Amino acid sequence: MAHLEVQNITKSFGTHHALDGVSFNVEKGDVVALIGPSGCGKTTALRIIMGLETATSGQVRVAGRPVSGCGHDRGMVFQHAELLPWRDTLSNIGYGLEMKGMKEPELSRTAMHYLELVGLTQAKDRRPHQLSGGMKQRVGIARALAIDPEVLLMDEPFGALDSQTREGLHGELLSIHAKTHKTIIFVTHDLDEAVMLADRVAVMHAGKISQIIPIELVRPRLDMRAIRTSAEYSKKRTLIWEALHDAGVSAAA
Amino acid sequence: MTIDTEIQAPARVARRPSRASWTTTIPAWVITTISVAVATGLWEFFGRDVNPLLGTYPSAIIKAFFSMLQAGRLQDALIQSSQPFVAGYVAAAIIGIPVGLLLGRYRILESALGIYVTAGYATPLIALVPLLILWFGLGFMVKAVVVFLLSFFPICINTWFGVKAVPKTMIEVGTAFCASQTAIMRGIILPATIPYIMAGLRLGIGKAVIGIVIAEFLTAISGLGGIIITSANSFRTAEMFVPVILIMVLAVALTALVGWLEKYVAPWQSEITGHDSV
Repeated sequence: MAHLEVQNITKSFGTHHALDGVSFNVEKGDVVALIGPSGCGKTTALRIIMGLETATSGQVRVAGRPVSGCGHDRGMVFQHAELLPWRDTLSNIGYGLEMKGMKEPELSRTAMHYLELVGLTQAKDRRPHQLSGGMKQRVGIARALAIDPEVLLMDEPFGALDSQTREGLHGELLSIHAKTHKTIIFVTHDLDEAVMLADRVAVMHAGKISQIIPIELVRPRLDMRAIRTSAEYSKKRTLIWEALHDAGVSAAA
Repeated sequence: MTIDTEIQAPARVARRPSRASWTTTIPAWVITTISVAVATGLWEFFGRDVNPLLGTYPSAIIKAFFSMLQAGRLQDALIQSSQPFVAGYVAAAIIGIPVGLLLGRYRILESALGIYVTAGYATPLIALVPLLILWFGLGFMVKAVVVFLLSFFPICINTWFGVKAVPKTMIEVGTAFCASQTAIMRGIILPATIPYIMAGLRLGIGKAVIGIVIAEFLTAISGLGGIIITSANSFRTAEMFVPVILIMVLAVALTALVGWLEKYVAPWQSEITGHDSV
């Protein structure tokens, strides 16, 4: 049994089918990327897994249990971090823990641990407006990881960042994954991000998964330079590019 | 894997204009003081030439102020006016803020009751004072009710619209982390709405001041409003201006108090929006 099972989910808004039967399984500790053009349904799929939206039909199971609504078995990282502006870094990281019912002093201790994990100890007392975009998103990742979810869900987490910061955060996420072995699903439209981070890339188009492409790069992927120049990297990058391109052409035809 | 350079960036970089001219170096309060002094001086200078029935000037008002103070009239009137003012305004805040929060949050309440709040805000409530007198008499109660009615709607409507302005994604953070409805209301919507609530409280002060003065004109002639109307009726113009200016000063002070309160309860807000004007 897979750790996360997405079984034939559909989502309709009136006559528009945002998702038209999406199924995939994710093994424990795997990283899966959902990639595709705007409007292909990738974010909708992620939001259904998180329970922010309900599927018209189909089912999502995490560790065998069917999902309905929110749950601390899933941690969400938002596109623009979405930190609460009145909370400092530490208490933003502790937000999910508070909602989970954790009390002091365990709350601060746990939040502190994740603050260290994302390397923001020095920014502990700052409010979000005093943080850079990259730092905000690291707080967002720490907040989601802090509740120790089975699955980490990320909605275009690095899409709003400049390319240098984005690469820094790719390295950060790879090292976090090497430490925590979390199951991760992330939505992206960035080919390099998908190949660099994921074990499998699901290419989506018009509410369906058109292809699932495995990325056979060994973990931990700490030497990003070596990975970038590897044959597997460029091979898979081309493959995904073609998959996206083919889907686009068939749509245009 | 920490990006150290990112962290070392100072928390707040002071932005100074490259060329400090006198327009940016003089403190704001100095400019305000000079402006008020000049305006008062001009009023004094030209006001002395006006017929005392039709106008007055600052030194005459100050003289009237002290003679009224000595007679104890001003203190009595202030107490008479401030009690219903505070009661009505505080009740408007205590009821208006929660009602606004609920209207903004729950679609059913909004569609069922929102129309009355919108209508109440647009209604010339002062016109109802004669009726209110029949209901509540001529004393404390009717004044408090008029103040309440006038300040309730701006407070409530601002809070309501403030809730509508909270970004959907911010509320989704609560939903995603399984926050209860109460936790979302108290931990996300309420703090995010504070600037709107404060704006409502500030507008409410202006409305409440109008409310108390009108109520005192139309009900038992008493309080600061009573002094205004009796002095005006007997052409004691300088005396009439004493409560007018006193009310203005108090209202400005109350508005400043709300601003201070906002900095105290929502310090992040002024940090985010803290832009200096040139």
